[in-house]
Amino acid sequence: MIFAVFALVPLVGVVVLSLTRWDGLGPITWDGVNSWARALADPVTLNAIWVTAKIMVFSFVVQAPVSLLLGVFTAGRQRYRAVLAVIYFVPLLLSSAAVAIAYKALLDPNFGLGPGLKIKSLAQDWLGNSNLALFVVVFVIAWQFVPFHTLIYQGGVRQIPASLFEAAQIDGAGRVRQFVAITLPQLKYTAITSSTLMAVGSLTYFDLIFVLTEGGPGYSTRLLPLHMYLTGFKANDMGAASALAVILVVVGLLLAVLLQRIGGADRSASQLEGL
Amino acid sequence: MQQGLSRRSFLALAGATVTASGLAACGSAGPGSSVPVDSATMWGLTGASQNYVDKSVAAWNKAHPDQAIKLDFFANDAFKPKIRTAVGAGQGPTFMWSWGGGILKSYVDTGQVLDLSSFLAQNPPVKDRYIPSVLSSGMIDGKTYALPNNNLQPIILYYHKEIFAKAGVSPPATWDELMALVGTFKAQGIAPFALGGQSKWPNLMWIEYLLDRIGGPEVFRRIAAHSPGAWSDPAVLEALTRIQQLVDAGGFISGFSSITADSNADQALLFTGKAAMLLQGSWIYQTLKTGAPDFMKSGKLGFTTFPTVAGGAGDAKNIVGNPSNFWSVSATAPEKQRQAALAYLKDGLLTPADVDTTITDGGVPVLRGIDAKLAGSADKEFLTLVYRMATAAPNFQLSWDQALGPVQADALLANLDQIFLKSITPEQFVTTMNRTIAT
Repeated sequence: MIFAVFALVPLVGVVVLSLTRWDGLGPITWDGVNSWARALADPVTLNAIWVTAKIMVFSFVVQAPVSLLLGVFTAGRQRYRAVLAVIYFVPLLLSSAAVAIAYKALLDPNFGLGPGLKIKSLAQDWLGNSNLALFVVVFVIAWQFVPFHTLIYQGGVRQIPASLFEAAQIDGAGRVRQFVAITLPQLKYTAITSSTLMAVGSLTYFDLIFVLTEGGPGYSTRLLPLHMYLTGFKANDMGAASALAVILVVVGLLLAVLLQRIGGADRSASQLEGL
Repeated sequence: MQQGLSRRSFLALAGATVTASGLAACGSAGPGSSVPVDSATMWGLTGASQNYVDKSVAAWNKAHPDQAIKLDFFANDAFKPKIRTAVGAGQGPTFMWSWGGGILKSYVDTGQVLDLSSFLAQNPPVKDRYIPSVLSSGMIDGKTYALPNNNLQPIILYYHKEIFAKAGVSPPATWDELMALVGTFKAQGIAPFALGGQSKWPNLMWIEYLLDRIGGPEVFRRIAAHSPGAWSDPAVLEALTRIQQLVDAGGFISGFSSITADSNADQALLFTGKAAMLLQGSWIYQTLKTGAPDFMKSGKLGFTTFPTVAGGAGDAKNIVGNPSNFWSVSATAPEKQRQAALAYLKDGLLTPADVDTTITDGGVPVLRGIDAKLAGSADKEFLTLVYRMATAAPNFQLSWDQALGPVQADALLANLDQIFLKSITPEQFVTTMNRTIAT
């Protein structure tokens, strides 16, 4: 019931809106597929899809290993683990907009951290250079969301029965061998969950990037959700923006299904066979 | 887990709670509003006019508690999409702040604002107090839909007097002198121009002035009238080419495309001496007075008109910028709120107290007959320059992103940004913009 009201009804609304032409103020006029044609023919849209793909891949490459290692660490029994876990978690508690504002100030090429500490290599034009801006965005996203995925992996590691590790230890396996042979395979479903969230999440990253770069410089960090917002609320072309929204929903669903299929979640295989 | 909550995890939890609540408390409390819930609502902009609007509404609310106004402020870049969405959803404020131009026209076309022509006819003192050319900027198709509400805002070339004195140069009177200055300042390790490139609209000031100087005001008039192919005028290409030449010569501070104007970062570059000049609106004089009082008091801020371009067709006295900001009254607001709004426009807007506040802050109210007050103020050099520029100008071109409709304005800002970044050529710009006229 709640799902229907908050998810299905707006979805149908957006699909209908994508077949109209509306500038946000005037009357809504029926337009057929013209809004779709406008949205897809715009070269910026293709660029936005490419930028989204790049951010998705880079985010995954950066966040997955870091979260995995941190998750394994925080699930262990080292001293001060609890305190460190809390500190690692703080970035996630902060509002994305606040994080973006803070980083914008820190990365300012004239008044930011680099010029302040007089470190030349930190005083680059981070957010104004088309090539650097994308990597900065990936870094800030990773900074904020690694704690979230760390938590997921931590939960996954906690679930692994200790008896597996004890058996391996008796057989003479070292830390690294245990990690590769036991921890990683047992984390398969956790990894799928985390990766699905990462991939679909990168299709909806908006607030952080909007405040950080607003899609700039030029169009180099204008990913699809941001492009959708700017088309709808800056250029006031609601029809085209709705078409982009529908594309996002479809791609997100396909991605989630694909990742679940790859992981074999439908095969109801258990990871605890023999125990 | 072990027995209950261990001391270590309790400490960790306490630490997290303190951090989180500390961060949550970092935001400032909103303005305390003691006005009734169904009052007329007013959305103003932070920055230059904020102080005078705040005082003006406070004085009004004190004198007329039954027609009180609830005032909220928003930052410039955040305000523009917000008000459009709110008005489109039928939740707009009673007082609508605008710049006139295409946005006002879109409100008029959708019946969102009141026709104030009869109000003006019934209140001659209101009509007569304004500078006529500014009042007419609030008219669409001969009818008044918006009243000017603050100060004259031409675009001015600011410069750092001390840097100029040290280099032994004077502010540029022609474009060639400007290009020569670029080399001079770069040799000294000072950026010639600061620019708020990330906000995109500061880029407009360059092309507005260049196009006017090179081709005269008729070129943009044709563009604003949507005549097909209007962007293909050779003056447009020349203006864009000169901009790219300036970029190539290193005329703008490096990293300009990550500097925002809303945070006053471009002004900071000027008054900290990192940049020698800044092309910006007259409103930054007011923010500089509060943001850099020592710099202003020591008289280091210089200001002059935009240079001429050799062989250009435009009058050197033409200016660009915003004639004023305007208040419109929402046509969909309840009757009581509309009456309160009209009462404020009649008796509460630009009172003598408001005029004094604006002049003290460093702005020139859009009223007639204030020469004596301007000459008597502490900032008389700047204020009289602005007043003279605005009243003597044969043509005062409204900022293009306000003069054009939203679709064209958005395309213009995005493509001009790419011109400054040198990602597209002037010819590509012209082709893309011509296409927006056709759709």
